[in-house]
Amino acid sequence: MLDKEGIAKRIAKEIKDGYYVNLGIGIPTLVANYLPKNIDVVLQSENGLLGMGPFPFEGEEDADVINAGKQTITMLPGSAVFDSAMSFGMIRAKKVNLTILGAMEVSENGDIANWKIPGKMVKGMGGAMDLVASADNIIVAMQHVNKAGESKLLPNCTLPLTGVHCVKKIVTELAVLDVLPGGGFKLLERAPGVSVDEIIKATAGKLVIEGDVPEMIL
Amino acid sequence: MNKVVNGADEAIRDIEDGMTLMVGGFGLCGLPENCIAALVRKGVKELTCISNNAGVDDFGIGLMLKQRQVKKMVSSYVGENAEFERQLLSGELEVELIPQGTLATRCMAAGYGMPAIFTPAGIGTEVAIGKEIRNFNGKDYLMEMAFEADFAIVKAWKGDTMGNLVYRATARNFNAVMAMAGKVTIAEVEELVEPGELDPDHIHTPGIYVHRIFQGEKYEKRIEQRTVRKRV
Repeated sequence: MLDKEGIAKRIAKEIKDGYYVNLGIGIPTLVANYLPKNIDVVLQSENGLLGMGPFPFEGEEDADVINAGKQTITMLPGSAVFDSAMSFGMIRAKKVNLTILGAMEVSENGDIANWKIPGKMVKGMGGAMDLVASADNIIVAMQHVNKAGESKLLPNCTLPLTGVHCVKKIVTELAVLDVLPGGGFKLLERAPGVSVDEIIKATAGKLVIEGDVPEMIL
Repeated sequence: MNKVVNGADEAIRDIEDGMTLMVGGFGLCGLPENCIAALVRKGVKELTCISNNAGVDDFGIGLMLKQRQVKKMVSSYVGENAEFERQLLSGELEVELIPQGTLATRCMAAGYGMPAIFTPAGIGTEVAIGKEIRNFNGKDYLMEMAFEADFAIVKAWKGDTMGNLVYRATARNFNAVMAMAGKVTIAEVEELVEPGELDPDHIHTPGIYVHRIFQGEKYEKRIEQRTVRKRV
């Protein structure tokens, strides 16, 4: 089974040379720590930055340089800043190659719910609805089951949706799965030490298993 | 074409109860701090605020919420404010949540003179309820209207007396799009300079969009999430 860092590490392997990538808040943010060293990647932050770098050294924080999570960050050489309309313009125009975000639920046809729980204080969708509606390549990083032990990979989402038919891949503490174009979660890899049976038990939606499922290499 | 006014109180003098304001910034980054302080002093009420966020309890729009000056917030994310949550749950405050890109682009449309935009954000979700949907090249898009705001209040890094503005780093955010979108746009800047001191090639917001400008008395520029790494 993977911890959060492990999920981030596995997702980092999906990032290819030349990609512009938008990382959501939570586990996706950790992916930046595991980017392969030999490839060229530019991180987009939807508040208006391409070229996001690591957190600043203590004492070098700049109130004008933050990411979409409102954290102080740095700008790498070659960075560009722009306004919020252009930021979502490049997202809508599919210039950003990969979007990685968290989710509360994903359905077997690729719907995602990650912004609202009825009865709880709703904070808002931020940029999530824009990102999932436009990106061609969306990877969800999340736990396979919720705190109550219920599967988050479902036939249909029960929570209010953020977007429909958009998730392409899911990485959890148990597995890597693709969302098939015709519906269903195709099991691609098992996390170290996790059996196919455990994944079947934790998946409420339609699970497609073909042949031997390899253990993931981190 | 001198747009200079004598400070924040003069700049907001004719903002009245019930008006709609755009307020620039992202979180606490690039906030028009001096105008917000002046609005709190003036005590103007029943405002509708179009702003990506609602500040924190003791800074930004949170200061106006505390004085019960805001009737409605139009935002994409409002998480960081206990007083906001209290007013929302008690029904004192109305909130309209809008996808962040839609929020920005509805401001942009106003500044570009376009009545509406089409965006896929929100298709298949509750955001789409009651809105016109058009299909272009096999994909559905929501029609979203340009915003109308009585005033846009923005903060820039530098500006000249003619209203030309330059922002700094990610403090540009919603400021640059809202600056174009107000019926009246008020810009506060950290440094006010004479015409000719800003390179025309480096202007982000041309002065034609800006009606009033002043240099803010002081800037606290508070940080919401201070994250650092250790020196090795």
